[in-house]
Parts: sequence; C-alpha cells; structure tokens
Amino acid sequence: MLAYIGRRALLAVFTVWAISVLSFVIIQLPPGDFVTSYIAQMATMGSVVTDEEAQNLRIQYGLGQPIYVQYFKWMRLIGQGNFGMSMEWRRPVTEVIGDRLWMTVVVSVAALFLTWVLALPIGIYSAVRQYSAGDYIATLVGFIGLAVPNFLLALVLLYLGFTLFNANIGGLFSVEFQDVPWSSARAWDLIKHLPIPAMILGLAGTAQQIRIMRANLLDELRKPYVVTARSKGLPESTVVLKYPVRVALNPFASTIGYTLPYIVSGSIIVSIVLGLPTVGPLLLKALVSQDMFLAGTIVLMLGVMTVIGTLISDILLVWVDPRIRLEDT
Amino acid sequence: MAKPEAALDPTSAPADRPGAVAAAEQRVFVASQWQLIWWRFRKHKVAVASAFVVAGFYLVVLGADFLAYSNPDVSEAQRSLMPPQRVYWFDGGRFGPYVHAFKGARDPQTFKRVYRADPGEKIPIRFFVDGFEYRFLGLFPMTRHLIGVDGGRDAAKTIFLLGTDVQGRDLWSRLMYGTRISLTIGLCGVTMSLILGVVLGGLSGFYGGSIDTLIQRVIEILRSIPTIPLWMGLAAALPRDWSILQVYFAITVIISLLAWTELARVVRGRFLALREEDFVVSARLVGCSQMRTIFVHMVPSFMSHIIAATTLALPAMIVSETSLSFLGLGLRPPAISWGVLLQQAQNVQTVAISPWLMLPAVPVIIAVIAFNFLGDGLRDAADPYGR
Repeated sequence: MLAYIGRRALLAVFTVWAISVLSFVIIQLPPGDFVTSYIAQMATMGSVVTDEEAQNLRIQYGLGQPIYVQYFKWMRLIGQGNFGMSMEWRRPVTEVIGDRLWMTVVVSVAALFLTWVLALPIGIYSAVRQYSAGDYIATLVGFIGLAVPNFLLALVLLYLGFTLFNANIGGLFSVEFQDVPWSSARAWDLIKHLPIPAMILGLAGTAQQIRIMRANLLDELRKPYVVTARSKGLPESTVVLKYPVRVALNPFASTIGYTLPYIVSGSIIVSIVLGLPTVGPLLLKALVSQDMFLAGTIVLMLGVMTVIGTLISDILLVWVDPRIRLEDT
Repeated sequence: MAKPEAALDPTSAPADRPGAVAAAEQRVFVASQWQLIWWRFRKHKVAVASAFVVAGFYLVVLGADFLAYSNPDVSEAQRSLMPPQRVYWFDGGRFGPYVHAFKGARDPQTFKRVYRADPGEKIPIRFFVDGFEYRFLGLFPMTRHLIGVDGGRDAAKTIFLLGTDVQGRDLWSRLMYGTRISLTIGLCGVTMSLILGVVLGGLSGFYGGSIDTLIQRVIEILRSIPTIPLWMGLAAALPRDWSILQVYFAITVIISLLAWTELARVVRGRFLALREEDFVVSARLVGCSQMRTIFVHMVPSFMSHIIAATTLALPAMIVSETSLSFLGLGLRPPAISWGVLLQQAQNVQTVAISPWLMLPAVPVIIAVIAFNFLGDGLRDAADPYGR
C-alpha cells in the first residue's frame, strides 16, 4: 500500500512540474516581457518608470537570461511565496486572488458532493428497476446532462430565473453579505447559494456516474452470489445493498480522479456566466488584459489543487478497495 | 459467439421456414466484417436517426451560403434586435409562405427600437431566388439561394426567420455560417488528435515496455490537469493581429493537443489485444515488415473502433470551441461560429429582452447529442463478434 501511495505521490510531483512548465509557457507566450508591459501600464497611468527601475525589475525577474534560468528564478520566487505582481491591479498576485481560490474549492467540492449524493441512489434505482419508466427518465436526463455544455445550462437557468421568478440566481452571496467579514450568518448565506452552481457543475458528472453505477450494478446483480442470497430468503433491500452495491461502488469511486479536473475546468466558465466570486472571472480578465503573472499563477494554483485532490482520492480509494493494492504491485 | 444469427438478425426470415433461416445463417457466416458492423449498427434505431441528423449538419456545412438568404456580415442599424418573424404558410388556401413586414419605431420613453408586424404588408417567401453573391463549395460563383424575397438586395423588405442581432445582422444566415465553422473546426481538431492518438497509442501498445510506460504517464499527467484554464491561457496568448485563418488553426491545434489522450487509450488497448493474435504473429513470422504488419493486418481490424472513438471525441471538440469563443478567447469576430454567436447572449439583461439570441445554443445541443448517440451506436457495432 505504501509503495502504491508512493508511486502516486511521485506521479503527482511530476504532474505539478508539468503544470508549472505549462503555466510558465503561458506567462512567456505574449510578445514583450513583463517589464515592457509594466512600463506601458505605468505610462498610461501617467507615471514614468526610470531606466534604473526597469533595470532592477529585469534583474529581479531574471529577464534577458535563458528561458530555463528564468523558469528556475520564477520557481524560486514561488518557493518564497512570491508569485509576482499583478500588472492590472498593481498588487501582489496572492493578494488579488485572496479568497477566490477558496471559493473555487468550495464550489468544486460542493459539485462533487452533489454528484455523489444524486448519482448513487439514482444509479442503484436504475439498475434494480431496469427498463422501468424511472430508469428511462434517468437515462434521458443523464444524456441531456452529458450533452449540454454546462455554461449553456447556466445561461438558460439564469434566463429562466430572471424571467419567471425575477430573481438573480447568480453569485454566491446575497447583497448584504457581499463584502463583510466572515461570520456564521455569511457562511449560511453561502451554503444557501451553493446548490444551483453545484448542480450546474455536477450535472455532467452525475450523468456519467449514474451510467457507470448502473452498468456495474447490473453486472453484479447477475452473479450467482446474489441469487444465493435471494434464495436464502434475505429481504431484497439487503440482497441489493449489502454486497452488490458495495462491489459496484469501487470502480465508481475511482472515477473521482477524472471528475475533479473536469469540475474545476467547468467551474471557470460557469463562474463567469453566473458571476461567482471564484478565480474564473479573474482568470478571464487577467488573460484578456494580458496580466500574465496573475493568469499563470491561477493556472498553476488550480492545477496543483486538482492534483492534490486527485491524490487524496487515490489514497482514499486504496484504503477502501484492497484489490487495487494487489493489482498494481 | 454461440449464436451469431440471434445477435445479428440480418434478415427478417420467418422462423417457420427452416430453409430461410439456414440461408440467413449462411449470409452471416460469409459476411464481411463491415457488413456485420452495418447489420448491428442498423439495429440501434436512435443511432441511425442520429446519423441522419449528423449528415444533415454536414449538408449545412457544405451549403451554408445556399441556405443563408442574407449576407451574414452586412449590418444595418435600422433593424437592430428584430424578433423572429412568424411565417404564414398558406396564402388564401394555397401554399405560399409569407411573413408580415416589420415596422420599426423608437419608443419615445425608453428610446428602444420596437418592431410591430404590419398585417397589411405581406412579404412572400420565394424559393431559389437571386441573392448575394457567393462561391458554392468555394468554387462556383453563384447567386441562387434556397429561400429569399423578391429583390433580395433591398434591405427594408426582407425576412428574418430567427430575428437579428444587435448590429442588425440576420441570425439565421449567421447560424448557417457558424455551423460551417464550428463543425469543421471539430473535424480538423479530431483529425489532428487522431493522428497523435494513433501514432502515440500505437507506439505504446505495439512496443510496450518503457515507451509504453512513458506515454501512459504523459497521458495520466495530461488527464489530471484542468484543461479549460490551460486552453484559455494558450488561446489568450495568440497574437491579436492574426488573421481569422491563423486563429482558426491555432485554436484547432490547442483543443486537439489535449484531446488526443482518449483516442490514444483506445488504440493502445486494441494493439495490446491484437498483438498476440494468431494472424498478427503469423504475419510477423512470414517476414512482413513492421509497417506492413501494423497497417495491412492490424489497423483494418480495429478501424471500426477508431471511427467510434473519433465520433465520440467530436462533441467534446465542438463544446471546447464553443466555450472558448463564448469567452472571447477562441475565434473572434468577424469569424462566425456557434461560440461567437452565443457571445451576444452572455449578458442576462440582453437575453431577457431578446431571448432569440440564445437560439444558437439549440444546434450546439442537438449536434452534441446526435454525435454522442451516433458514437454510442458505432461503438456497440464496432465489435460485431462480441455478445
């Protein structure tokens, strides 16, 4: 088990490294360097950057040196907790991102949670009552959930909320809680606002999980041990829930690693449509204004968090399913 | 494969005529692989219907300019945000579709342009009429369009089946052109992913060993990265002064770079399964070169799987392009794609006033569902010997 976790952790480290390189590429891609855009930025503000200041900035960021040296410099600064300055906001990147990163986590975890809560019972029902009306409805809704891009879903719900109920379903906080310090009332307000974004984000995942759960459980239900249990006279709920569901759960659980990056990805666009205070709208703004340090940092942070989330789910999975330990050694 | 005829049912031979059943069985045994696949695919009714829908979409791609009735780039402030017109199919008991002319006026209080249908003025819809000039299939200069109005170049008297956008451009015509770009970008992207996927998946599955491990790890890493932020980053870094064509290809490359992993996985799985098959081993023993073994003996036997996986990869491509363009990071106007059209629907207030701007979402959803069902049916049919 330790060997398995070790290998997973090693892979996670490699993934983080790959993500850091890609983020660096994103920062480097636009023509000109950080300092030229900074000078241009300052000029529009009416202040002048002296040559000496520009030179200092270039030295600080190691510009003009070979790319790989610049990459290591950037990495070292990050190691010291310095992610650079946001050109647009003229504040440290970490300060600009602030709470938004945690909001992304909250929304994604809520979506993941909802996916499970919905997919599990519906999947079981679909398998046990195969070809019933409920099964067909679940399959249909599932297919639509998979097919409709979630930002379109957000748009349609926003429109319906606006025209039918004259309510704004966007945002994560009511107006009175927008910019106040954290309190239990504010947290409750957040929880009340979570279901709709979580549902939009989780729908595609839910649809997929229902199909996986249904297929797995159907395979299990045909096995002889289920017939044995039934012929022993066990109540149907025990026959289904005690063994087949537990077996069917495992492959189901292993998809979490692929669901998480998907949900985080989706949260970016959905947040932009619904106006959620996550890193999504910030990333878009940063990219449009070529505020590359901010954008690169957000991509890096999102990637790293996804990797950590996936790693945790991997470890949980080995803990739950002993067979994986044996398979992979 | 105990009873292939039960699974395949190639003909509807009645069971009370044993001769017919035997004949049917005969047909199954001598049928080629593609025939078996076709028979199995035919049974999946939804997939067959989806195949027609997909074919319809690609007909639109080919004949977008023929189906459009007004130039998608011509804007006219006088007809900004017109709602869709109602089409009356019968004129005095006979088939003769027409619409009522819209009269635009400014609301004295809100200064918004409001349009009212004028029942007194009928605009008949004509078929195969002259309109703006275009090149059919990019080759033959033509002015014929499927529908239009008499004197179609007169701006005041024209039709707006799906209304107009803020700049007064006809939404139907723009939708036709958008379909062309959105669906071809999906095809180009999928072709590129296919090449990457087949080459890397093939290497991985055929050689195994350390190459396999390396490629599998790369795939695992790529799959655990949230893709949309990355796409956004890469797309935003495209130079602003690039032409439509350059941006188009850059976006294709970006979305296919991260989408090849699933195809590579399928190809690798097939290679692993086939590598030890008798016919592959004998091909090798007879002295076929590696290229010949792969392309003459192995690839044809899993072609169907590749086609199915490709079809299933297409909707993801379409959605990616749509999302990127929707955010303003993908294709940019004056290019027209579904995502670019939906960009106008980004704002709830706009959508609440002119809901028809959300209409481009409909083809996106239909196309994605159709491709999914088609791919599903193809995947089931791809292995006609199973179950």
